[in-house]
Amino acid sequence: MYYFLQQLINGLTLGAMYGLIAIGYSMVYGIIGMINFAHGEIYMIGAFISIISFLLLGVLGITWVPLALLMVLILAMIFTATYGWAVERLAYRPLRGSFRLAPLISAIGMSIFLQNYVQILQGANVKPLPPVITGGYVLGTEGNFTVQISNIQIMIMLLTVVLMVIFSIIIAKTPLGRAQRACEQDLGMAALCGVNVDRTISLTFVMGAALAAVAGLMATLYYGVIDFFIGFLAGIKAFTAAVLGGIGSIPGAMLGGLLLGLVEAFWSGYFTTEYKDVAAFSILVIVLIFLPTGLLGKPEIEKV
Amino acid sequence: MPAAARPAVPEAARFDWTRALKEAGLAAFVAFMLFLPLMGFRLVGAEGRLGLEYRPHWVVIGVVVVFFGHLLVSFLRAVRGVPAAPSGRAGPIARYINTHATWLAVAGVALAFALPFTPFANRYVVDVATTVLIYVMLGWGLNIVVGLAGLLDLGYVAFYAVGAYSYALFAQWFGLGFWEALPIAGVLAATFGILLGFPVLRLRGDYLAIVTLGFGEIIRIVLLNWYPVTRGPDGLSGIPRPTFFGLAFTRRPPEGEVAFHQFFDIPYSGLHRVIFLYYLILLLALLTNWFVLRIRKLPVGRAWEALREDEIASKALGINPTNTKLTAFALGAMFGGFAGSFFATRQGFISPESFTFIESATILAIVVLGGMGSQIGVVLAAAVIVILPELGREFEQFRMLLFGAAMVGIMVWRPRGLLASREPTIRLHAKGEGEPSG
Repeated sequence: MYYFLQQLINGLTLGAMYGLIAIGYSMVYGIIGMINFAHGEIYMIGAFISIISFLLLGVLGITWVPLALLMVLILAMIFTATYGWAVERLAYRPLRGSFRLAPLISAIGMSIFLQNYVQILQGANVKPLPPVITGGYVLGTEGNFTVQISNIQIMIMLLTVVLMVIFSIIIAKTPLGRAQRACEQDLGMAALCGVNVDRTISLTFVMGAALAAVAGLMATLYYGVIDFFIGFLAGIKAFTAAVLGGIGSIPGAMLGGLLLGLVEAFWSGYFTTEYKDVAAFSILVIVLIFLPTGLLGKPEIEKV
Repeated sequence: MPAAARPAVPEAARFDWTRALKEAGLAAFVAFMLFLPLMGFRLVGAEGRLGLEYRPHWVVIGVVVVFFGHLLVSFLRAVRGVPAAPSGRAGPIARYINTHATWLAVAGVALAFALPFTPFANRYVVDVATTVLIYVMLGWGLNIVVGLAGLLDLGYVAFYAVGAYSYALFAQWFGLGFWEALPIAGVLAATFGILLGFPVLRLRGDYLAIVTLGFGEIIRIVLLNWYPVTRGPDGLSGIPRPTFFGLAFTRRPPEGEVAFHQFFDIPYSGLHRVIFLYYLILLLALLTNWFVLRIRKLPVGRAWEALREDEIASKALGINPTNTKLTAFALGAMFGGFAGSFFATRQGFISPESFTFIESATILAIVVLGGMGSQIGVVLAAAVIVILPELGREFEQFRMLLFGAAMVGIMVWRPRGLLASREPTIRLHAKGEGEPSG
């Protein structure tokens, strides 16, 4: 039972990170119907910017942890969002109205480019960060097995909840959110009604990238090591999460992320860690075959 | 004088300096935001504590380049007039290549056959040419799936891996030679293609791409972890070399067998095997090409192209999309399997490291850069992509960076590839009327 509880905590932590990345996929897919394959790299760039900001703040002498964390969070979100914006502007916007697979191929190219860009600029070796947030709470002991929740895990879950609330308010209450929902329903009609479609799409990428940056910061703190290749697997898993929850649906993306995190944690806890990625990919295939609209998605009607 | 000045006046008037400067300034600001964190600082010292290295000059150079580059581009645009939106029409070189395709193909094949006997050929040249041909063959195989059937397959390397491992394992366990294992490897790879394709081919194009990517990764993870059979990351070594109608390419053949050099009564040379491997892959690649060219003219090939152009219309005309896509998938996989077997026998050693996603992306880049559906384009793209890193270490590091940038650039400026030939093989009406919009 206690072992189960521990896996549950680990799974929810992992799932919160997947969920934050998955929202970026889901929003973009909802509006322009493309898989932003480079989104995983945006998350990786977020992690790198976080680690660089930490070191820079250390050099500047800002060592009070809550302030440093807040500043890193803001810096990572701003700079990563610029990357998200630039990727859309350079690689996707010129392709509106091109043939069906063109944006996806362009996205794959972008993903390869960003991965190697970071590798060349920052080196290929793994980057370790000494633990910033330490400590935790012991929830219970059974024999020599202790269930604990670390402060990092608490922070990740709290931050995710806060971001989700802010995010839901943006979507539901602000003019930007209204424009996004309009674009999601019908791009052409939204444009006719005076919505600046290009700007809305750009801002969607910016928001997705900012959330991915938060996930990158969390991964940096949680795992303590990052390298230029982390975006690939995280991106595919987050995409799986988005599909699982119903691509296009934002609560679905979060739900899918949490479910995928739980599956992975329990799979590693009760079976083997070697095949945990296979489990994630198998879920993707199974969901797409038997439940193509996901858990919370709307059915897609194919029109001529 | 007035006659010369007249055209210059409207051009100068058209170029709006303030606007161009403002836009360039904005681009420079974005570039500053992009370059500052990742170029301006470098994480150093992997062991123990990380440190920062400062490189402000990189950021300055980058921003200046972006500012003046942007200014130059807007100036050229104003002077030359706004370039038309990407038309997908081929440029002059591509047009030349496309109109003279037959002659170029014949000349290319002749050159390929003569290559080992040209004066500048040595072991290194033939080796590189063999690698180019492996990628040509993979590109042609993937072209069936991506170029003809219009299905984006991001896990093509899985079939390459299946081919390589099936030959290696059959040779190890049952003592099969290359020639016996080759068809089996092809059939096995095709079977895997059908197994994967059957459930997923009903999916939309981009879903399909991600699922194939996942499949490629699953195969690699299984190869990595199924130690008793695949020996995991250690890989399989001692894979037997191919023979020339039963004649081995060794200096001292085993008792009772005759080696190639003994049979032809020529002195032994290590080059014989290299040249033989070269001709082997050349023939396999030409077989692939011939097959693709022929099948394009069969009903199933026509059905692929019809599906690529318009799935709903094809369904309405009675084409079964799942079965049609499945044949494309299986045939593409089969050629991937053949190439994999050849790779195994050439290297003599295989490990999961050779079958990563990067490899899939490389093959896809070859097909995309070459112009999806163009056979000659694949050859040119494969040659560029293999030879570029051979030119120097610096290129090796920048190779993938350039690939990525090139894939984006091709999609933006020439969505139909460098040698556009993504056109239906036959059309109902003469060219010009009812041009399909891609």
